[in-house]
Amino acid sequence: MFSRTYRAVVTVPPLLWVTVFLLVPYLLMFCYSFWSVSTSQNVVHSWTLSNYRQLVGVHVYGQTLLRSMWIAARVMLFSLLLGYPLAYFLSFYAGRRKDLFYQLVIIPLWVSYLVRAYAWKTILGSDGVLNTLLQYVHLTKHPLEFLLYSPFAVVLTLTHIYTPFAFLPIYASLEHIPRPLIEASQDLGASAAQTFWRVVFPLSIPGVLAGATFAFVLSLGDFLAPLLLGGPSGIMISNIVVSLFGAAYNWPLGAAISLGMLVLVVSLLFVSEGLEKKWRFS
Amino acid sequence: MATLQHSGSGIAASAAATLLDMRQIAKSFGKNRVLRDISLQVAEGEFLTILGESGSGKTTLLRIIAGFETANSGELWMSGERLDRLPPYKRRVNTVFQHYALFPHLTVEENVAYGLRVSRQVETTISSQVEQALARVKMTAYAKAKPSKISGGQQQRVALARALVKRPQLLLLDEPLSALDANLRRQMQVELKSLQREVGISFVFVTHDQEEAMVMSDRIALLRMGELEQVATPREIYRHPATAYTAQFIGHTNLLRVQVSNRIVRCNSLSWTGDLPDGPALLSLRPENIRVASSPGPPALNRVRFRGRLRHQAFQGATELLQIECSDGLIFFVRTSARADWQGELEFEFDPGDGLPVRESAERT
Amino acid sequence: MSGANVANRRSPWLLMHALAVFAFLYLPIAILIIYSFNGAGVGGFPPRDLTLDWYRRLFADSAIWESVGNSLMVAGCAVAIALGLGIPAALALDRAQFPGKALFRRVVLLPLILPGIITGLSLLMLFNESRIKLSLLTIILGHGTALISVATTEVFAGLQKLERAQEEASLDLGANYWQTFLRITLPNLKLSIIGAALLIFTLSMDEIAVSFFLIGRNNTLPLEIWGRLRRGITPEINAISTIIFVFSLAAIVLWYRLRRSAEGPPEIAAELIETVVQGD
Repeated sequence: MFSRTYRAVVTVPPLLWVTVFLLVPYLLMFCYSFWSVSTSQNVVHSWTLSNYRQLVGVHVYGQTLLRSMWIAARVMLFSLLLGYPLAYFLSFYAGRRKDLFYQLVIIPLWVSYLVRAYAWKTILGSDGVLNTLLQYVHLTKHPLEFLLYSPFAVVLTLTHIYTPFAFLPIYASLEHIPRPLIEASQDLGASAAQTFWRVVFPLSIPGVLAGATFAFVLSLGDFLAPLLLGGPSGIMISNIVVSLFGAAYNWPLGAAISLGMLVLVVSLLFVSEGLEKKWRFS
Repeated sequence: MATLQHSGSGIAASAAATLLDMRQIAKSFGKNRVLRDISLQVAEGEFLTILGESGSGKTTLLRIIAGFETANSGELWMSGERLDRLPPYKRRVNTVFQHYALFPHLTVEENVAYGLRVSRQVETTISSQVEQALARVKMTAYAKAKPSKISGGQQQRVALARALVKRPQLLLLDEPLSALDANLRRQMQVELKSLQREVGISFVFVTHDQEEAMVMSDRIALLRMGELEQVATPREIYRHPATAYTAQFIGHTNLLRVQVSNRIVRCNSLSWTGDLPDGPALLSLRPENIRVASSPGPPALNRVRFRGRLRHQAFQGATELLQIECSDGLIFFVRTSARADWQGELEFEFDPGDGLPVRESAERT
Repeated sequence: MSGANVANRRSPWLLMHALAVFAFLYLPIAILIIYSFNGAGVGGFPPRDLTLDWYRRLFADSAIWESVGNSLMVAGCAVAIALGLGIPAALALDRAQFPGKALFRRVVLLPLILPGIITGLSLLMLFNESRIKLSLLTIILGHGTALISVATTEVFAGLQKLERAQEEASLDLGANYWQTFLRITLPNLKLSIIGAALLIFTLSMDEIAVSFFLIGRNNTLPLEIWGRLRRGITPEINAISTIIFVFSLAAIVLWYRLRRSAEGPPEIAAELIETVVQGD
């Protein structure tokens, strides 16, 4: 029913914009990763594999990537452990207060990421709220130093930030489960636990996968929380990229690492999408 | 193959000038051929019903006339002008949609005024036209209401007013009564028909309900799997169905598979004389043309008699429909006036002249 | 437990877990607000010397307010760009067929799920190669591009709910495509568009990962805060965060009111996340 002109008018502008500001930049990142920098710190536009050789050859990159993935995996796990029971509670037990609780989960999302990370810093610091509280009630004599500037602080902060992200798709998938299925399960003699493990949980797997993907991917690429709270032992892969684009001034190497991250993230998205399709029955 | 052997007998079609002319319209969605080679005319002031089961292509045909779909081949002409090249908003054709498609953010009044406003008419003439249109469908009292606040029947009237206020040459109605309950439906059938007479606009009405089609139409175009099965007046199509499908779809019928040789017609153990060409034939015999034999003994002249056992009896108010099984396995449907005490074996008779030869309906996929 | 009782079931363990999660989510926000009134600085328990000093200092701090102005401007422009392209993009995804549609869909949505650093850096390289100087304009382009995804998903969800017969009825009644868009399509998408605009505005106000790489001489608010955090922390930051929090809260309440009066319980962010992760 829509004329050719109509379809052209709605298609061409976004297509052009997305090409110029998303596709071309990704391609450029690809190109950069095969260029190099001269001694006078100019980008040399000739093709070389040296960046990738460095990536494989220098251990700190691989180690940092592994550490980032380990941090991201923990964030993912904790976000699911916090988010799933919360979503289950809201969907099945909250009754009339469901909407209120739902909004209470959403509201922290509207508070700046940076500000929340900063708030954790004021809580965890050596003269921060937590340490002074512990000393105030005489639980400790000296401030606990491991709280701030450690992978622990990074995982804690990122879990705080990404728990709502894990919660949302899980909650949505639980809400989409037709309630008569629960009643049918009970009618057929299943206990509450059996109903959960045999009916509710399998049907919520797409949501779990989506939430897990969100938490993992977004925390994997984070560089602000490590800068603010991580200290030397909490450095993540993006921090290396940031320094390569900044003080270390090696854009091509930074581009190679970014591209590696991009490929990793996109393949994760594909895997999660494929798994989700398997678990989606309607 | 579609044959239009009865189309010439439509009274309206031959009497009045042709308004809409569909010429060999064909439409496919992917590999699915939804319409093939549809040629059909709508006369000025005619009430034409496109009747068919779901999936017969009737709604697609309507959407092609309205301009929401484009035919793969064929032409549409209206009053001597090529219609199918115009976008929907330039056609003097309006539609009453199946679920009315009233704009939820506009009031009843604004809905009716919509078509006039977008064509930039003067506000003062708009309001008087809207008033008239609402009065015509008796909805003046609800002018300021939002569509969600009025009943289905009322929404139906607003949809009608909204389309008619545009003074179309042709009004398309896509199963407009299907969402209403039975009583309201019957009432709206009468109202719609008299409204159509009053405004004198041609209506093309799509439905899957054969009774509705019979009640309302000047002519019925029966569509089956994308092809026209028969186009004729309701009486004609009932009395002279061209094909077995038509005979079965419109009313009840008994289809008798017979063998003719030398004007002797044989159907299992029954036989009678009849004016049919030699070879196999298919006859349609309406249940109301079979009677319970008045007195035992030899049949009256030109009557065929048979005996059968009552298998099922469906009470339908003034009449009832009996299902009779003969000893040779033949099954007949017989309509009689309602009587409670049919039992056991009974004797029936029919006039062989009522057994009308019909064509086998072609297999289509 | 009978099926009819599903809505009224009780579970103390789940309730406690939920309260614990809420405490975890709200603890930093509460601390943030409390210590914005704390005379003795950002740390130290218990808070003491309650004061409005930090707010007074904040109001006198021209650098902060300049960055707030910049952020508001950037967010406004980002909303315009993202909606200006996201609405047509959603229409295109809903009703046009063109080569590369599947790829287009994925690429549009990518910035929403990709870590901001990748979007930021790839745009930095684009601007660098095309010799465009970094400024607020480059940040606007970055935010606008990244947030087209939000506009597209929200509007697309709205289009899915719009009955196609509505638009057909409009065309049928003589309105051309443009009139139909303005009078029928747009009013029906009103809520989706307002919701998208609010979300885009807030996300842009808070955005730092993309801006981090595209910043010129003028700071946005998050970058101004970031700069100060590196120099040492003061409750002034708590104060400005508290103010922004209150404004965000007001916006959310307003939005929920609007949405609820129109169509029941809100699910805006969930819709967004679902669409992104499902792909198609």
